[in-house]
Amino acid sequence: MVLGGGTGGTLVANRLRRLLDAWSTEIVVVDGDDAHLYQPGLLFVPFGLARPESLTRPRGDQLRQGVSFRRAAVDRVDLEADQVWLSDGTSLAYDVLVVATGARLVPEETEGLTGPGWMEKVFTFYSLDGAVALRSALSRFTGGRLVVGVVDMPIKCPVAPLEFCFLADWYFRRREIRDRVELTFVTPLDGAFTKATCNRELSGLLEEKGVNLVTEFNTGEVDGQGGRLTSFDGREVPFDLAVMIPLHGGQAYIDRSPGLGDALGFVPTDERTLQSKAKPNVFVIGDAADIPASKAGSVAHFEGDIVARNIARYLVGEPLDAAFDGHTNCFIESGFGKALLIDFNYDTEPVTGRFPGRIGLPLLRQSRLNHLGKLAFAWLYWHVLLPGREIPAVPAEMPTAGKRLQPADDATSPPGKRGAR
Amino acid sequence: MPAATYAGTEVAVNDEGFFTDPAQWSEEMAPQIARQEGIAELTDRHWQVIKFMRQEYEAKGTGPTVRVLGKTSGVTVKELYQLFPKGPAKTAAKIAGIPKPRGCI
Repeated sequence: MVLGGGTGGTLVANRLRRLLDAWSTEIVVVDGDDAHLYQPGLLFVPFGLARPESLTRPRGDQLRQGVSFRRAAVDRVDLEADQVWLSDGTSLAYDVLVVATGARLVPEETEGLTGPGWMEKVFTFYSLDGAVALRSALSRFTGGRLVVGVVDMPIKCPVAPLEFCFLADWYFRRREIRDRVELTFVTPLDGAFTKATCNRELSGLLEEKGVNLVTEFNTGEVDGQGGRLTSFDGREVPFDLAVMIPLHGGQAYIDRSPGLGDALGFVPTDERTLQSKAKPNVFVIGDAADIPASKAGSVAHFEGDIVARNIARYLVGEPLDAAFDGHTNCFIESGFGKALLIDFNYDTEPVTGRFPGRIGLPLLRQSRLNHLGKLAFAWLYWHVLLPGREIPAVPAEMPTAGKRLQPADDATSPPGKRGAR
Repeated sequence: MPAATYAGTEVAVNDEGFFTDPAQWSEEMAPQIARQEGIAELTDRHWQVIKFMRQEYEAKGTGPTVRVLGKTSGVTVKELYQLFPKGPAKTAAKIAGIPKPRGCI
């Protein structure tokens, strides 16, 4: 039984269907709604670069024949009885459970965030409604202070807030009002990004595009009416329009399931085998896990192969394969039809070079090719990733062939000269 | 490897001053580390957080983030910042003699 019909749940169900005998194993995916949202597209909606209606498709249609879809909200999981209770009062028994319900936005946990001014002066593009509302707010915006703020980690797609800043710079330049807009990026981290090697490149890009950077700012309160973010240590950032990335947590049913989740509702999980620490017959894929990897679709994709194989091993009593290396791969849209690409895992920082091999997309450097890669990814998502197929030449384990694995020297050389061999 | 001397005992710390071996820590060292971090006196509320940090580290291998502290330590995030103005998770981890909390990626 797979809880959640998003990226991770869909691709693992499809992989399992190919892997397991159809006569002896039944696979069911449970989700509370039937709208599968292409989340990478949300970033583009506020700038009019993606049509909201093109981002969702029915969940059931993404599942292979032989995988059933049950539309129902989950009330709780009874780990001891191997049962899932649905909110209509019925229960479903399972032999193996996959938690694939992702992360949930919890804006109400930040004082004032959903108070006066929410969806008027304070928005988020991390939901479809929010992204659509922000699109009209941006089109009405004629100048002033635009603040992009991350309340706290972890968040989905940690590069998206930076991409929003880059695209906002492009958007206001195209409207020829860039000189009337002050752009500020506010983060609780001590740099622009979580990874030191990218930090230099990305901070440089922020500076180049005239985006102010406020670091180590833990937002304690959002005053929508007064137009002010206040940090827990008393600093203030004023705004005319705020684009906030709210706190994230696991789904509410996890909090109602004794022994399943941690304090934030994420599921403690072995970072190599992707088996939950709660019980051996519970596995976790994607954003729902507490592992030290980015909450991103590429991670769920690379995990899929390992989760499916480990479930097959578990079912026949074989030892699990500790194969997940934390592989993450992100396109970072930098505006003006260009993008950067980063590729890393638990042990290797994002470095320069090329991906996936010596002839490939340039890493940690702006290029038009990467932008095209990002656009092509939407097609790959629906047609290769969700069906649970491999992307040609992109293995689950992080490739090293085209990488320059000495980040310290590379990252200090000036931008533009990198990788130009 | 840098070292520091607290309560008359030399201990191993990293470049940022976090203990590399939490077993070298003892309660007598805490007030001195706290003064170094700008906290003149450790109250019972400070100690509640410090002890919680040690327990969490022993159970999970890493110290909690501010948000988790606020949810689980019995001290609100607001008060945590009053107690440890320079950043509760980092400062309390340093005083509690545990490595810097890994945080999130």
